Amino acid sequence: MNLNETTVTKDFHVEAPLTPKRTRWEEFWLLFGQNRLAILGLLIFILFFCCAITGLFLTSGSKPIFDPSLVRLEEKLRPPFSKPNLDLLEPDQVPTLNFYLMGTDDLGRDVFARMLQGAWVSLTVGFVAVGISVLIGIFMGGIAGYFGQHYLKIDHILLTLLLVSGTGLIILDVIRFGAALLLLCLAYIVYAVLTRHRSKKKASPSWGAMFHINAVSVDTLIMRIVDIMLCFPSFFLILTVVAILPASIYNIMIVIGLTSWMGTTRFVRAEFLSLREQDFVAAAKALGIGNFRIIFRHMMPNAVAPVLVSATIGIASAILTEAGLSFLGFGVPPPHATWGNILSNGKNFIFDAPWLTFIPGITILIVVLSFNLFGEGLRDVLNPKLRERH
Amino acid sequence: MVSFIGRSFVQKIITLFFVSIVSFLIIHLAPGKPSQVDPMNPKFTPEMVERFSKEFHLDKPLYVQYVYFYQDLFTGKTASWKDNQSVLKKIWERFLNSLPLFIVGTLITWTLSFPVGIRSAIFREGVYDRTATFLSYLLISIPGFFFAYVLIIFVVTRFHVPVIGMETFGIGDASLPYILMDRIWHMLLPSVLGATGGIAVLSRYVRSQMLEVEGQDYIRTARAKGLPPEQVHYKHALRNALLPFVTMFGLILPGLIGGSVIIESIFSWPGMGRMAYEAILARDYPVILTVNFVSAVLVLAGTFISDLLYLIVDPRIRL
Repeated sequence: MNLNETTVTKDFHVEAPLTPKRTRWEEFWLLFGQNRLAILGLLIFILFFCCAITGLFLTSGSKPIFDPSLVRLEEKLRPPFSKPNLDLLEPDQVPTLNFYLMGTDDLGRDVFARMLQGAWVSLTVGFVAVGISVLIGIFMGGIAGYFGQHYLKIDHILLTLLLVSGTGLIILDVIRFGAALLLLCLAYIVYAVLTRHRSKKKASPSWGAMFHINAVSVDTLIMRIVDIMLCFPSFFLILTVVAILPASIYNIMIVIGLTSWMGTTRFVRAEFLSLREQDFVAAAKALGIGNFRIIFRHMMPNAVAPVLVSATIGIASAILTEAGLSFLGFGVPPPHATWGNILSNGKNFIFDAPWLTFIPGITILIVVLSFNLFGEGLRDVLNPKLRERH
Repeated sequence: MVSFIGRSFVQKIITLFFVSIVSFLIIHLAPGKPSQVDPMNPKFTPEMVERFSKEFHLDKPLYVQYVYFYQDLFTGKTASWKDNQSVLKKIWERFLNSLPLFIVGTLITWTLSFPVGIRSAIFREGVYDRTATFLSYLLISIPGFFFAYVLIIFVVTRFHVPVIGMETFGIGDASLPYILMDRIWHMLLPSVLGATGGIAVLSRYVRSQMLEVEGQDYIRTARAKGLPPEQVHYKHALRNALLPFVTMFGLILPGLIGGSVIIESIFSWPGMGRMAYEAILARDYPVILTVNFVSAVLVLAGTFISDLLYLIVDPRIRL
């Protein structure tokens, strides 16, 4: 081995650590694994997910394995783990497990079956509501951050107003006038598209120039909408809308989703404002990549970390909100069980049958806690400031 | 400064205008009419419904109703549909009931969360910090109504604390200290419950602010020159960590209305939240809209105050 060769290998070894030894995922799991509470949260979340899905299959259908709505008036308020009184029950009323795992409620319904049914409600409310809010938030925030400097012209605003009022009129059964408005809008759109190619050569007539004045920037508009939405007291607004609309689980999801997107919008906008100035975006633009591809393929993956964290914590708060609404007697119509309305029924028997309060209460607590712990763990891991310290 | 105040004032008025439109539309365009609340009531003959809708301008187009409603609101003539009382007077009475609950709850929140947060920042990653962190997650995650019932079971059976209403029924002409103590006992549980969530969130926030400041260079300098740790923590670090919390004084204003619906209905506390809940059940549109409007005003006033406070406290900010 001559001298020259050793120096070369030595140089090589000096440079080697500069390349990343671990992929992003490996590093993520390494950091995440150090946070025991977050791991616990993730495990409980997976368990809850499986329970909700098996619960859906076990409690639905015409002949479910666990029937959550089977009334046994002879077996009211039996404590957990109690055996059914077989002499009084019909053969098809005997619980599947041959004992009441979580007792029965004031109508003799099996609380375990009702909890299983309620798990699916909580899961879907959490995920659908947060899905809606994240979609709206990313869309609005992305537009505000990326196209923020563009100005809306007066004709755009008028057009939107006409479209909205036209649709509104059709919904309100003023079909002829509404349809006329919509047709007018359509005609204007066609006209605008047709003249768009020509307008570069020919200036538009002077009366038309009034409609092309810059009215308000996109960023200002969206942020003012966010401000307006933030003025409503959220739980009170949700309560009002849910009380006015017909009772259904989908209304709750949509309403919770529509009233909680403002935080995500602000995060995404802030991230986009800083990302937009960076070199890789300029490079992508120079390559002639389309705006939407830049937004969703190049910028969004860099902006998604805070959104993910706030979505996880948002699921927890959506589950809590749904439970609160069910507790107040709104939302999911009665025969269907949710954790909130099991608890709300159970509170009347709080001294005689405490399990009716404690089982759903503690279950909600554990599930919400797991989402919160997981979300906070995620925040720590995704935070680059903390990563350097490790 | 003056131009900032003027600009934000105009901006807030515009926002308020849109809020009033949106809340009006949400309520009036939703399916269902106030006359359908109690269809079995024999007093609700079609003639009566027609008379009522004429009386409350319900037969007019929406924009006329909007103008009528806000005209009434600003001249203070809005009347509840349910009992024909002045809405503003009703809200004011209920507000006076909610106010002590809010003040005590806020005091508990702010006095408890600062020591807890500061201590867990100083003894970072220690047993105390971990316990406080876990407890605050627990308090954030526990559904308020469930926690209320747990407390009720515990407190009622052990300490015989009253849990219903604002005062013992028929207390009438007892001596003043007795009435005062009675009030305080009744207030204990609802205000503690109202404070739990706040304590959890605020103490976490205090902790992270303290940690951020403690990591800065001038703290290291202060330590290096041999200052006692108390002086470093409480004089150098805490003063700078407190800055963001000054602005939060403004942001607690909206808490006067929101968030107390469930607790007030559990404890039969005749406050704003419960009135709003009852108004929603009865489709009492004037009350719902007025509560909404008042809370929007509170939110805007709160952000305005917090902006102003920030301007005064932090000389680096020039708007």
